[in-house]
Amino acid sequence: MIEINGLSKVFDGSTVVDTVSLTVASGDICAVVGTSGSGKTTLLRMINRLVEPSAGSVLIDGRNTRDFAGYELRRQIGYAIQGNGLFPHRTVGQNIATVPKLLKWDRERISARVDELLTLFQLDPAQYRHRLPRELSGGEQQRVGVARALAAGPNILLMDEPFGALDPIIRGKAQTDLLAIQRRLGTTIVLVTHDMNEAIALGSRIAVMDKGHLLQYATPAEIITHPANEFVATLIGSGERPFRLLSLDIVLNHIEPGDAQGESVDAHASLRDAYAECLWSGREALPVTDKGVHIGRVTLQRLSQLAARPQ
Amino acid sequence: MNWGLVFRAALAVVLLAFLVSPDSFAPLLQPLVKYGAPPIYHQGNLLEITLNHLWITFAATLAATIFAVGLAILVTRPFGAEFLPLSRSIANVGQTIPPVAVLALAIPLLGFGTEPILVALFLYGLLPIFENALAGLANVPRDVEEAARGMGLTPWQRLVQIELPLALPVMLTGIRIAAVISLSTATIGSTVAAKTLGEVIIAGLTTNNTAFVLQGGLIVGACAVLINDGLLALERVLAQRTGRAQRA
Repeated sequence: MIEINGLSKVFDGSTVVDTVSLTVASGDICAVVGTSGSGKTTLLRMINRLVEPSAGSVLIDGRNTRDFAGYELRRQIGYAIQGNGLFPHRTVGQNIATVPKLLKWDRERISARVDELLTLFQLDPAQYRHRLPRELSGGEQQRVGVARALAAGPNILLMDEPFGALDPIIRGKAQTDLLAIQRRLGTTIVLVTHDMNEAIALGSRIAVMDKGHLLQYATPAEIITHPANEFVATLIGSGERPFRLLSLDIVLNHIEPGDAQGESVDAHASLRDAYAECLWSGREALPVTDKGVHIGRVTLQRLSQLAARPQ
Repeated sequence: MNWGLVFRAALAVVLLAFLVSPDSFAPLLQPLVKYGAPPIYHQGNLLEITLNHLWITFAATLAATIFAVGLAILVTRPFGAEFLPLSRSIANVGQTIPPVAVLALAIPLLGFGTEPILVALFLYGLLPIFENALAGLANVPRDVEEAARGMGLTPWQRLVQIELPLALPVMLTGIRIAAVISLSTATIGSTVAAKTLGEVIIAGLTTNNTAFVLQGGLIVGACAVLINDGLLALERVLAQRTGRAQRA
């Protein structure tokens, strides 16, 4: 759990982060969204004290981050950044081993951990362990960057625009992979992004920042249906609201008995995808299958109701 | 077939053969001398003189490397940043004063012998090494630096494990330039009684013996080419290894 209390940062007389307080529960993904210059990155960097706060405190699992030396604190917290910052002169294996080595794990344990992480990130250890970062594709580099951040098994992972350098197709896959790994490890993640789509896709809670202030901190559904002010509403895009709302849930939760004509939709597809399919194929209902087995249908009428602002 | 490599290997073989057995080359140089003057320098052992020449170059370059790299590291730390202008001035002054003048100035303090030329070469080598070390350290990619800090490397660990290895190829360029300059400049050390290949050249000039001038000059030239190419190859390997070649 991360508790941020009245955290501020003043650079040369200008307040970059202004008394921000928020709590990220264990196992949550907090997506911090804002335009550039909103202070979101500074907020993130104050959690592991890459930037020293001017005022306020950060508690991690109840312990004040000031109780540790900066470098000790940072070894306990995973950190992944845009452009991944892999060490170009070290192999993939050595890169991932960075923090375990700093923590003086023994050689066998480090080696086993590197293989475990490479496998977790779908990179064959035998093939990738000895390669240099420049020999990898952008998507592979990004995965190694996150694997390195998770190497010592931190409870907390901080990510600063981790998918910013990826093209849209790889980005979608990287996001899904991150969610799967996060569910498996139960890591608490604070992720900074300027992309509201990414925040909604990944965040269990979204913190919207502007000019150093925290405007709203709520679940994606709450942010979409009840934006705190104009700015938050603009960031979501009023025309996008019903679709964003639909993207939060999956078909499985809204099926009804019966059948329908035409191609079926997977039970784990988002409502947004099902809605798009209804509109595109001109059907009133879609058959739903789960692992290839027919389990019911989802109707356009129901989807339309779900897309409406909750009363 | 790599002709460059073949040429250098041949050059090294010829150089070694000449140093070990200079008299075998006497017929080649004979046409250059008149009035029965000796074609091969015999007032000292050529191999010994060459080794001494190389040793002086090596010692001066090593000292300049330690000093200049140390200075570059210091001024790229947060606490040393304010010394940057001062350090630049020191390095520039070292380059500005001609080595001959340094020799002249050093003699009253250090006397005749090897020391004055060591001082002159040391000062002369500072600037290229310092500026390259500075460039190498300043060009470590920001995201790499940021990631290293974010993962909890201490400042010392960042310097030793990240910054220096990544800056090494660029640093080496400066060291190579300084070494080659020192190698040729070391010849003037003979004027203050340092045992360098300059004494062969000077002996040739004073006795109007073209063969002496030529053999002294060619040995220095061959050494310079070989050292330059050797260090250049090392630079390439390191640059490839650190991935800088592609990033740049």
